[in-house]
Amino acid sequence: MQQYLYLIPAMPLIGFLLLITGGAQFPRYVTAMIGAGSICVSAIIAITMSAQFLLYPPLEGAYHQQLWHWFNIGKLHADIGLHMDAMSLVFVCIITFIGALIHIYSIAFMEHDRDYARFFASMNLFVCSMLLLVMADNLVLLYLGWEGVGLCSFLLIGFWYESEANCMAARKAFVITRIGDTAMIIGLFLLFRELGTLNIREILALAPQHFATGNTTVTWIALLLLAGGMGKSAQLPLQTWLPDAMAGPSPVSALIHAATMVTAGVYLIARMHTIFELSPVTMHLTAIIGALTLLMAGCSAMVQTDIKRILAYSTISQIGYMFLALGVGAWSAAIFHFFTHAFFKALLFLAAGAVIETLHHEHNIFKMGGLRKDMPLIFLTFTIGAAALAAVPFVTAGFFSKDEILWFAWSAQGGHPLLWVTGLLGAFITAFYSTRLILVVFWGERQTTPGKLPSGAMNIPLVVLAIFSIGAGWIHLPHLEEVLPATVLKPAHPEEIIFQSIAILSTSLGIMTGYMLYYLYPHTIRGWKESEGLMAVRNFFYAGWKFDQLYDVLFVRPFVFITQVNRNDVTDKLYTGIANIHLQLNRFLSVSQNGSLRWYVAGVLIGILFIITLQILR
Amino acid sequence: MPILFYLSSAVAIIATIMVITRYHPIHALLYLVVSFLAIAMVFLSLGAPFAAALEVIVYAGAIMVLFIFVVMMLNLGKETAAQEKDWLRPAVWIGPGILTLVLLMEMSILLLAPPQRNVAIAVVTPRQVALSLYGEYIIAVELIGFLLTTGIVGAAHIGKQKKKSLHRFLQA
Amino acid sequence: MAPISAHAVLIVAAILFVLGLAGVLTRKNIIFMLISIEIMLNAAGLAFIAAGSRWQQPDGQIMYLFILAMAAAEVSVALAMVLQIHHQHKTLDVEDLRELKD
Repeated sequence: MQQYLYLIPAMPLIGFLLLITGGAQFPRYVTAMIGAGSICVSAIIAITMSAQFLLYPPLEGAYHQQLWHWFNIGKLHADIGLHMDAMSLVFVCIITFIGALIHIYSIAFMEHDRDYARFFASMNLFVCSMLLLVMADNLVLLYLGWEGVGLCSFLLIGFWYESEANCMAARKAFVITRIGDTAMIIGLFLLFRELGTLNIREILALAPQHFATGNTTVTWIALLLLAGGMGKSAQLPLQTWLPDAMAGPSPVSALIHAATMVTAGVYLIARMHTIFELSPVTMHLTAIIGALTLLMAGCSAMVQTDIKRILAYSTISQIGYMFLALGVGAWSAAIFHFFTHAFFKALLFLAAGAVIETLHHEHNIFKMGGLRKDMPLIFLTFTIGAAALAAVPFVTAGFFSKDEILWFAWSAQGGHPLLWVTGLLGAFITAFYSTRLILVVFWGERQTTPGKLPSGAMNIPLVVLAIFSIGAGWIHLPHLEEVLPATVLKPAHPEEIIFQSIAILSTSLGIMTGYMLYYLYPHTIRGWKESEGLMAVRNFFYAGWKFDQLYDVLFVRPFVFITQVNRNDVTDKLYTGIANIHLQLNRFLSVSQNGSLRWYVAGVLIGILFIITLQILR
Repeated sequence: MPILFYLSSAVAIIATIMVITRYHPIHALLYLVVSFLAIAMVFLSLGAPFAAALEVIVYAGAIMVLFIFVVMMLNLGKETAAQEKDWLRPAVWIGPGILTLVLLMEMSILLLAPPQRNVAIAVVTPRQVALSLYGEYIIAVELIGFLLTTGIVGAAHIGKQKKKSLHRFLQA
Repeated sequence: MAPISAHAVLIVAAILFVLGLAGVLTRKNIIFMLISIEIMLNAAGLAFIAAGSRWQQPDGQIMYLFILAMAAAEVSVALAMVLQIHHQHKTLDVEDLRELKD
């Protein structure tokens, strides 16, 4: 069975090639079939393979397929090789399954779009790159997938390229993730220099022998890899691109910026866990970054008015939870949270897309309202997703995973009470804004009249995702303990049940606060709008804690200043200078070519005299 | 005899100076003929009768005649003389004069460097020349034949003057 | 009889050559330039004859013969061109023929 491993990324790649070359000529249904069909085939193969993996676990705990040698330079040896162990299995299943659902959704969502084929082509290429990323057996192939998803993110955010704002958002995403990518490649260079190989299994085996814990070099490598992960996963300080990336279509936001690409950082850190474990400094830093990010993004999400921006900040916040888990050493918990988060976040984005479409591209939640009777199915699925986001106890998947992270934040070896408090506060805020979102969009007075309801192709994925958002929590991800180390707990820790109760309490408090502020006593908010101080805080949160402005002052202005100073391009002057000198020389020497025969004879004569003089003087 | 040599060379040099300073082309050509004849005498005094005969027959007899024909065909007479008078102001001679004098000095230095040798008075007969020409240098003779053929064909082609015929659309 | 010194002949040839060169540089009429070139060729030939005489070999005269033949061919082509120039430009001023200027 493992010889079919290559089909999983190959099917989307074939889909991409077909659509990019001939997609404009195919009729719509053919494009839809190729585009969505390739991912569905991949999903079927992936699920079949997973079933076999679980029933008859392979010997080394992984499927491996070496496709061909890529390059072989000196000591560097990179192959196109696919390696699927339990962790990759989780990622592959999520990517293909949720990807398939989103593609089916897009068949109907993008139906009236002019560039139907280009959309599916880019989405297919994205899925192929992401699959390569998670199935790569060496870091070079992983980096290939990494760059591929960055490219597709750029293509898809700027999908409606005729609008300047979309193009700028795409560029912003690309540039900021590039910063992370550069840090990562430097990390790869260091890793190669130290260990002489970029094969992942070899690195994980060699690293503990080669580096002592806390070694400076391994700390640098881990920090650089962390920076790469921060860029792709939109963590502090590289998080400013994700809210703007909502300029792309909703399926894009669902697939790329909720379920898959932004979790590439989580995958990287989990995969290279040995390196990270060798550097406690980096682990602490990861946890702190995760905690700060989740708090910051949560605060921003509280005050946003664009429905997709709320979900974007929510994504940043949830990935902050995953980073927090990774940072304290709760590897399996982070993967589990990724697993559940993928379902409910994709659901939320797709449902939000349906709402936006029905209300004729209205994004502002305060212009929506009272939709629960007009769009019952979407209301139901959206609520389930929001409940999972808020981690409503026991009935939603989000509860189990977030609860595990909170417990480990206190009691893991790298945990700290402050981290736990931050996580708890974040849970409160998450519950609050989820409730706010549901109440404002679906209750209250109807502000915009809904149009045509979405069709079956859009509804089915929502239903499927809703089912998984409820049930995914009970899936015990098997075999992960063979890949990821078990979380080391502090020697003296209180019982888990205490933490679960406190978490349930904070979630309930959040929901209650939202209910009170937005349903029972809405005039309270109007009263707060009068206060200057509160409005200043609100505006600060609204602008994403003013990070955009900070970067503008720190980086953009000096850069623009330098380019203004160098307006005439000093280095270019060097080359044009050489050309100018030659032109001048030419003009100077052309004087001697005046066409007069006697001058030429005189020239010959002078030449002869010169040579003879030299001969005589010698 | 040396005296024949010195006399003939003096005549040749004076005639050449006259050639380059005359205004009227026919005058210059006639002085040139005199110069060639004097050079032929120099050849004789050096013991090269064949070369002397060739000089008179071919150079003075054919080439100069060709020049004179062309001058007469183009009717270069009084107007050319007047033109040349106009162009040849004394100032014109300064530059070339200096350059050529310098060249002359340098050539003399180079020529006078080897040790003194006397030319033996011995005649190189035409027979010797002929044997050497058609013996050793037969290839060169053939090549000179090519050259002369080229000259004929080239001259015939270049000198042709076609009547300019305009296309019937362009005729007035 | 005092023999002729080889240097003297060569000096005579040099003087003739230089005179021809001065003529080329000075005159503007094409005919006169061609005449001056003929003078130069003749001077070169004189040098060859002197060399052949000095060594008492026929090679000098043979070389002179070749120079002569070459001069003949050159003169015929040159004068044909002079005819064309006169026909087209109506003047024999060499300064008017400047079309190879840069």
